[in-house]
Amino acid sequence: MGFDYFFKLFIGGLTKGSIYALIAIGYTMVYGIIGLINFAHGEVYMIGAFTALIVAGILSVLNLPMFAVLMIAVVIAMIFSAGYGFTLEKIAYKPLRNAPRLSALISAIGMSIFLQNYVLLAQTSNFLPYPDMIPDFAFLEPIKQTLRTTQLIILVVTAIVMILLTLLIKFTKIGKAMRATSQDRVMAMLTGVNVNRVISVTFVIGSSIAALGGVLICSHTGRTHFYIGFLVGIKAFVAAVLGGIGSIPGAVLGSFVLGFTESFGAGYISSDYEDVFAFVILILILTFRPDGILGKSTKQKA
Amino acid sequence: MKKTVLIMLVLLIGITLVFTSCGKKEADVAEEAKVVEEAKVVEEAKVVETIKIGVAGAHTGDLASYGLPSVNAVELVVANVNAAGGIDGKMIKLVIEDDQCKPEIATNTAAKLVGEDVVAVIGHICSGATKAALDIYNESKIVVISPSATSPPLTKSGDYPNFLRTIASDDAQAVLQVDFALNVLESKKIAVLHDKGDYGKGLAEFAKAGIEESSAEVVLFEGVTPGAVDYSAVINKIAQVGADAVIYGGYHPEAAQLIGGMRAQGLDIPFIGCDGVKDATFIAVAGDDAEGVYATAPVDTTSNLIAVKAGKEHLAEYGEEYGAFFLNAYAAALAIVNAIDVANSTDYDAIMAALKSEYVETPIGNISFDERGDAIGVGFAVYQVKNGKFSQLD
Repeated sequence: MGFDYFFKLFIGGLTKGSIYALIAIGYTMVYGIIGLINFAHGEVYMIGAFTALIVAGILSVLNLPMFAVLMIAVVIAMIFSAGYGFTLEKIAYKPLRNAPRLSALISAIGMSIFLQNYVLLAQTSNFLPYPDMIPDFAFLEPIKQTLRTTQLIILVVTAIVMILLTLLIKFTKIGKAMRATSQDRVMAMLTGVNVNRVISVTFVIGSSIAALGGVLICSHTGRTHFYIGFLVGIKAFVAAVLGGIGSIPGAVLGSFVLGFTESFGAGYISSDYEDVFAFVILILILTFRPDGILGKSTKQKA
Repeated sequence: MKKTVLIMLVLLIGITLVFTSCGKKEADVAEEAKVVEEAKVVEEAKVVETIKIGVAGAHTGDLASYGLPSVNAVELVVANVNAAGGIDGKMIKLVIEDDQCKPEIATNTAAKLVGEDVVAVIGHICSGATKAALDIYNESKIVVISPSATSPPLTKSGDYPNFLRTIASDDAQAVLQVDFALNVLESKKIAVLHDKGDYGKGLAEFAKAGIEESSAEVVLFEGVTPGAVDYSAVINKIAQVGADAVIYGGYHPEAAQLIGGMRAQGLDIPFIGCDGVKDATFIAVAGDDAEGVYATAPVDTTSNLIAVKAGKEHLAEYGEEYGAFFLNAYAAALAIVNAIDVANSTDYDAIMAALKSEYVETPIGNISFDERGDAIGVGFAVYQVKNGKFSQLD
């Protein structure tokens, strides 16, 4: 069990962490802005993966280069998923914005089940092969035991997304409006921030990142299914809570903590207990830091 | 503004529906369960002397689709035998009893059949119900042949000397996986993986026990999490421990992802799956990586001449294709008829001796029964993916 093995597990953990991060961002952004846990987010991710699959299927008749297919499929998947996220908010959450939190949560769970069954009926209950849209890089051939092409792409894309998102939130007008809405929605509204627009933009960004994640992850695993969103969604949600829900750097950090825990736990102890490690670390961190690693302590007003 | 948004939404959903409905649609036609009258007397005895054979299993309830095909099978065999003059002139009369696959009902079913003085019983269908009923038959010395109860202890425990089956027991598959790995692939260090489910883990545990009895070594015994996004940790582990073959217990989705990951990481060791893996979807999802993968599954008997004939009889009589365990029940009925004929008596010991010494041509091959009651000649074969198809190895 030398350094080589450790490094392989490290890369595995990094990949898992990146995958969780791409989805956890959507959870944490929505929570940060409207205080809602969007349980249908995993389904938006799944729909992104399916859209890309369909687009790639249609494009395959044109004999385009794989890279072009990938790009077109990703862009269309992101647009579609953004549309779904946007619609989801308008239909299921906006009418309930001033209702008790529990109502919105039930609405979210309802949308999740609806979207799963919608894809089940419109598509298939079978597992589908996912097209090999990411070609293997020749320069990775000698080290493919350690780092696969899909892993490298996932890592690079996640890093780029994180940087762009940070820039967006720190330096643009909409980013400023998002931060303001997150801090105090009523006050933001009074100062002229179009809160509805901010919320829509949040859903659109979160959903399109999830779609990107969907395409990358399904290319990595090589298969897709109407149920993939649920399991990954739960893990990403755990990652978001771990890092402190509402905080974007927290979600990313939480995702990596979760990814490394699972990878090293499975590698050094046993993959029988992969999920056990994930939830033990969640309990440990929440015991000592109830608001998550980077979460701000929010005292509930009596 | 609001209206345009609404229109856009409607359009968006509409477009999605159009796109998505291009996908596959599979309409599973639900098979309606036939209701069989309990204790239906199939053939009215015209001659004085009859031989009664019981048929027990789930004929109503959730699992009726497992039990009813066996009733059809036995009815067909008995109709043929009676049409040909019966067994030495004695007609066979069937006594059909429902147990709904429930152990508590199965004991009543057994008591009724014993009361009817049946010579032998074909059934029961589910392992749990079979186990519950067996003691009652055993006390009355009645031969029981199940077409479908696969639980290993039914034969292995030695508690039920009156029990036989025309289906391979659950551990037979693991025995074959191990045998293939050790003797054909000559593996020395085997990684045994499973999907943590009842079926997969059970199989993997039998395989592990089998390897430990041999000179080879189980270098890894682990479960993978179904639905996890990345199996690289466990794949790295397989490489790290230096396994020269993988035996897998579980279903095809995880197997496809595992094999995809193994090949992508350059791990080219043989992969031996089970009948949960031998599925066309596995090849569709794993693609080129599926090539060369082994899987154990029941021997393909659909081209067997008797099976073809039985299928035609079923179609003519019942107007549909046969269901689960039909061929196994057909084989059981043929075996018991032959045994009574050879023994020339309805004495328990004579029938049992005949069952265990005579070979019978059945739809599932030329079979007999071993000391413990498992069918000889029924079982699993190793398949390998060649050119995108599973083909049986000799």
